[in-house]
Amino acid sequence: MEKISKSAKKKDHDAKISGRALYVDDHVMEGMLHGRLLRSAKAKARIADILVPELPEGYFVVGKSDVTGINQVHIVLDDTPVYAEELVEYVGDPILMVVGPDFKEVERILHEIVVVYEELVPVLDMRKADTVFFNYNYAKGNIDQALEEADRVFIETFQTGYQEQAYLETQGIIAYPHNGRMTVRGSLQCPYYVHGAVAKALGYAGKDVQIIQDVTGGGFGGKEAYPSILAAQTAVAAKKANKPVKVIFDRREDMEFTSKRHPSISTYKVAVKNGEITGMDIDVMFNSGAYTTLSPVVLQRGLICANGVYRIDNLRVAGRAVKTNTVPCGAYRGFGAPQTFFAVEMIMDHIAKELGMDSLELKEKYMVKQGDATSTSGKYHFHVPLPEMIERIDELTAYRAKRKLYQNQTGRYRRGIGLSMFFHGCGFTGSGERDLIKAVAKIRKNADDTVEVLASNSDIGQGLKTTFCKIVADTLGISYDQVYIDNPDTDRVPDSGPTVASRSLMTVGGLLQRAAVKLKKEWKTGEEQVIEEHYVEPDFVIPFSLAEFKGDAYPTYSWSVNAIEVEVDTLTATTKVIGAWGIFDVGVPIDMNIIQGQMQGGFLQGIGYASMEQMDYNDKGMIRNNSFSDYIIPTAVDVPTLVTEIMNNPYTHGPYGAKGAGELPLVGAAPAYVEAMENALGANLNKIPFTTEDTMRILQEVNK
Amino acid sequence: MMIKFILNGQAVTSAAKANERLLDVLRDEFRLTGVKCGCKEGECGACSVILDGRLVNTCMVAMGSIEGSTVMTIEGYRETERFAVLDKAYAAVSAVQCGFCIPGMMLASECILANNPNPTEAQIRTGISGNLCRCTGYNAIVEAIAIAAKEGRGLW
Repeated sequence: MEKISKSAKKKDHDAKISGRALYVDDHVMEGMLHGRLLRSAKAKARIADILVPELPEGYFVVGKSDVTGINQVHIVLDDTPVYAEELVEYVGDPILMVVGPDFKEVERILHEIVVVYEELVPVLDMRKADTVFFNYNYAKGNIDQALEEADRVFIETFQTGYQEQAYLETQGIIAYPHNGRMTVRGSLQCPYYVHGAVAKALGYAGKDVQIIQDVTGGGFGGKEAYPSILAAQTAVAAKKANKPVKVIFDRREDMEFTSKRHPSISTYKVAVKNGEITGMDIDVMFNSGAYTTLSPVVLQRGLICANGVYRIDNLRVAGRAVKTNTVPCGAYRGFGAPQTFFAVEMIMDHIAKELGMDSLELKEKYMVKQGDATSTSGKYHFHVPLPEMIERIDELTAYRAKRKLYQNQTGRYRRGIGLSMFFHGCGFTGSGERDLIKAVAKIRKNADDTVEVLASNSDIGQGLKTTFCKIVADTLGISYDQVYIDNPDTDRVPDSGPTVASRSLMTVGGLLQRAAVKLKKEWKTGEEQVIEEHYVEPDFVIPFSLAEFKGDAYPTYSWSVNAIEVEVDTLTATTKVIGAWGIFDVGVPIDMNIIQGQMQGGFLQGIGYASMEQMDYNDKGMIRNNSFSDYIIPTAVDVPTLVTEIMNNPYTHGPYGAKGAGELPLVGAAPAYVEAMENALGANLNKIPFTTEDTMRILQEVNK
Repeated sequence: MMIKFILNGQAVTSAAKANERLLDVLRDEFRLTGVKCGCKEGECGACSVILDGRLVNTCMVAMGSIEGSTVMTIEGYRETERFAVLDKAYAAVSAVQCGFCIPGMMLASECILANNPNPTEAQIRTGISGNLCRCTGYNAIVEAIAIAAKEGRGLW
């Protein structure tokens, strides 16, 4: 283990363990009002009229006419209204906010407001969508020829469902006007995203808006773009009331109406000639929901991963993110990759069976290695450690032996084992880092020789305060206690970009390391010094062109191999996870405990996605699973044997050799789990979540 | 009718109605914000406290039912020697990520060890199975409780 990897006590440990850490709902301000949103009850309708009862003094109803700036939330395309115009596009589309001093009275007023709808016919099924929000295509080689000359063409469609981030702290924002400015604080990942959104909604200059991140009870992508929407709504209300306004979602509101992972339908056509895979023709569809939010970027990442970790010379990938009248989807750890990795891993497994091979044997034949071209004709510039990972997984699990042993089982309890291999592209997709984000980070040395880290990336539990401080302290050669970082406040920190895309540590941590190197050279004891660093794209990168969908989509990749073993009770159709093993390469861990915590937490979320986390809407477009009673996430007893190991594969361009880590562990759990279910059940499976009900269905089909 | 109970070792009275949730009273009236609200449906465990020696979800406890009871929240527990042992163990394995489940998780840890000073891993897992954590995958928390059981021998 490298010296830097030795774990330090987390900077936020004391405040959190003692219950002293203040989350947004723990703040109370003088004269503060409480807000609650009135949401559309219809999936698609024209608002004909809104009947508001007489309001008691001190209560306000806030809507589109109160938006003093532009009634659009700044995200990517800005089509999300702050408050609905005349059309509502999904069940839950925010129409108004009621604010006032007493929350129960706010709720009473909310229930008395009558919205008169002229109902329109909604599109709920993505296969019937008539609006394509985003459409990308790319190809290399000659897929048409490969399909034409193939001995066999395998065609199969794979489906993935919603996944809800289910952070333990629901979304919450406080906005308060003061001296002609607006301050917004809350549970959020990306202070400067919120900053832009609030300024646009209020029509304020950037200097008149301040965003402060409160201690945040988990994000996982769910607090990437959504807080911009809630912050814009709350700021508009606070401006109208000229008082602080707090809005905290309850669990049902949060589960039903905030962004989640895009459901997908992917169809793969794979050409095989003389027992060799000669090409893949892939069609991917993501359900965006009613507004675009982050769908273009989620889709891009999904498409880049569509051929998995395999070298496919004749490749065509087409993808669409389509509009339906359902809750808008957005960022969730993995960001489009879990959907396509599931599909490609499963089709490889199914082809292998047809060719009379084990899936691992087939996958190993096509695994990429250093120097190979990526799907988008970029390059895997660095070592690809998949072979070592597979060997290690086999040592830990006896995968190869068990896989054979578990074929053709009879009896009540049947076991299965599955394996997946995958990567996560580190950092923003394409040229975003260079062209859009242009990160700036600073460190400031105080006169007392303490050093403060100034960056807009937020610690949402992933340990960024600790790892940032460790990098700066170690580079400067000073003690870890001498370096500190506060929650970002846009009045104080530069825009080092959002806390997303497994980029914070690799990209911003890299800037901080450079700043510390410079400060060390210029260190003047007892004096104040500020060092600022700007992002520069590494020189080895083949520039990515979105128009051509070509080039290095990522500078480097984190790698992983997972294996999962299950036992199915064929009488009750319930499944027990016997064990889950993951080998992860995230470069050099800046803190081993933190990285292990990320890997274990992400892996378990991935197993939840694969097996139990089911969410769907009814024929009116209403989400049916809106609480922890019917959207089930893993508890401590669900996967008692969860083993994660770190493989050291330093990234020469990351701080101390680190690269992206946060998202990787979620990406490949689903195919490993479903392969294990196939091994146990002896059937081909093609959907997630693969629940107890699905197992029951398969068992009944087999028994027919 | 005032409701009297013992809160973190102090005799207190509350003017809350009998049908109010203990969760809301602890947070709003007593300003004990270490008690977190994660779901208000008794599913997540973030609002756990120790009520007469048992771990309960305060969102599921009506004020009318706690007359004369003893309530301990993280604000009271953090003053104890047992807390200090658990605190150190959680820190050693970096078991705290976002922290929102942690006050409840600490009190669940206390209840596990109070009932069984030498729990097996399976008993620890069952003991925290009513407390959801979305960040850690639970391994580090389970390990922390096992470390505390060892380091705090004699305390429980």
